[in-house]
Amino acid sequence: MPDGTKIVTVEDSASDASSERNFTINFGPQHPAAHGVLRLVLELDGEVVERVDPHIGLLHRGTEKLIEYKTYLQAIPYFDRLDYVAPMNQEHAFCLAAEKLLGIEVPRRGQIIRVIYSEIGRLLSHILNVTTQAMDVGALTPPLWGFEEREKLMVFYERASGSRMHAAYFRLGGVHQDLPQDLLDDIGQWCEEFPRVMADIETLITDNRIFKQRNADIGVVSKEQAFDWGFTGVMLRGSGVAWDLRKSQPYEIYDELEFDIPIGKNGDCYDRYLCRMEEMTQSLSIIKQCLAKIEPGPVMSTDGKVSPPKRAEMKDSMEALIHHFKLYTEGPKVPAGEVYTAVEAPKGEFGVFLVSDGSNRPYRCKIRAPGFSHLQAMDWMNKGHMLADVSAIIGTLDIVFGEIDR
Amino acid sequence: MNEDLIELKEHIEGKLGEDLLSAVVAFDELNIRVDTNVIDRVLKFLRDDRMCRFIQLIDLCGVDYPERSKRFDVVYHLLSMHNNQRIRVKAAVGEGDNIPTAIDVFPCADWFEREAFDMYGIQFEGHPDLRRILTDYGFEGHPLRKDFPLTGHVEVRYDDEQGRVVYEPVKLTQEYRNFDYMSPWEGAEYALPGDEKAGK
Repeated sequence: MPDGTKIVTVEDSASDASSERNFTINFGPQHPAAHGVLRLVLELDGEVVERVDPHIGLLHRGTEKLIEYKTYLQAIPYFDRLDYVAPMNQEHAFCLAAEKLLGIEVPRRGQIIRVIYSEIGRLLSHILNVTTQAMDVGALTPPLWGFEEREKLMVFYERASGSRMHAAYFRLGGVHQDLPQDLLDDIGQWCEEFPRVMADIETLITDNRIFKQRNADIGVVSKEQAFDWGFTGVMLRGSGVAWDLRKSQPYEIYDELEFDIPIGKNGDCYDRYLCRMEEMTQSLSIIKQCLAKIEPGPVMSTDGKVSPPKRAEMKDSMEALIHHFKLYTEGPKVPAGEVYTAVEAPKGEFGVFLVSDGSNRPYRCKIRAPGFSHLQAMDWMNKGHMLADVSAIIGTLDIVFGEIDR
Repeated sequence: MNEDLIELKEHIEGKLGEDLLSAVVAFDELNIRVDTNVIDRVLKFLRDDRMCRFIQLIDLCGVDYPERSKRFDVVYHLLSMHNNQRIRVKAAVGEGDNIPTAIDVFPCADWFEREAFDMYGIQFEGHPDLRRILTDYGFEGHPLRKDFPLTGHVEVRYDDEQGRVVYEPVKLTQEYRNFDYMSPWEGAEYALPGDEKAGK
């Protein structure tokens, strides 16, 4: 160099720590904190995460393809198998889409039952999420207590539909069967008892020092980021956006019900946990209001071209028998058109984009799963966090692989 | 709700002018159709315009219409939380054609576009990482195309002798039963057994 200084190049030596500390590890696909079959390729600098590449699709079952080959009735059970911790909420979105195309109304009792079971689904999902999130950061007792309550809720599912999880209870035009009064009474009874259990769980988690250490200021999402990345549900509300489809685009009888939308302040994992806890309280209040409002009546549309006739009717009406046969073989034909309907599922906006060509099968049924948008945020949400925070962030995203992989 | 949608439709028609191929309100939903080469401009307009403010991309997917000359539709579902409105934007893409990526406008288009590529083989120009997303490593074909068989082409099993998982062409022990419940007098495309001569 002209000024006499020398440039000395230092070769990286084997003992140079900085070059040694970068490595790539595989997280999953079989990992208890991955909430299913998630494979993450993590690029680490020491213990700090630099890049996350989620590999999904390990649970891909081709739901959308299968639905194109099934009648509308046969398509419903596939929705239970998407987000399998809150099955009926998914069926709801599909039924609403088909009903919009058909232009049929659900009778009031059917609507109320749908709301009750949607809220039970929300409780099922939130109990699972908050307690397993506690497990992800080291607590074992909350999931044990939570699962006991989930079991009771699944018994309510079973008593309504015959199945603990894969209910196929919501049908086009209403719900499959009416609920007996003692089931409604038991649900009401459970709503009285559950707050005590929730309070117990809260004493374990909410003020727990370890839980706070592991969740507060972890995975912070700003409002702008939440909009850019298509966040919905608690992921959006945790960042302080008061947006809930049950309020803003109400379906069924949600516009008659009184409930609050909890929102977070800091947009971190801890706020989202608090939102979920408060949403459970709100769900309980919604169920109680529904139980007060419910009155005897039909639970399914009386349109004979969509909903099957009563069993007793079939015994002496030829017309009813023919309709029953046609509906369970050929299935209802849905007018041509395209609709998108969304429900506020526990995890966010669950939408169904349904294209019908006028036949008895959907031409295209795109399932918009909230977890899909949330999981793709893994990369920037984890950047700069420690390896141990990855599982806290997976926990807060509330992902279930049934719906992401479809 | 509907009047607001018609107002929005007229606003968009006025602003987009010739870029807009069609705008229809059906089932209380606003559908607009645009050409692929203006798609990023249209999306940016819908996001930034004061009247629209569709700042969230809720969904992006493909739809296959094999009988059309441009066989795929790329469908964008946008949501405006300010106005509490939704809009559906569609653009037709031919097989082997490109459509500009929407990542610059909506970052979350990333995985949705990967999925549309995986399922339909739609090429998104400018996408930084257009890998398959849902199908198996090394999968061939695009499963949601209408001409892709429901059973797929290969099946997987563990081979004891080779000590690894092997892929083989699909062998069905029972023929796939594709029930056609359409009534024969409502346009079934096959002849009933014993009915072959009826049409002659």
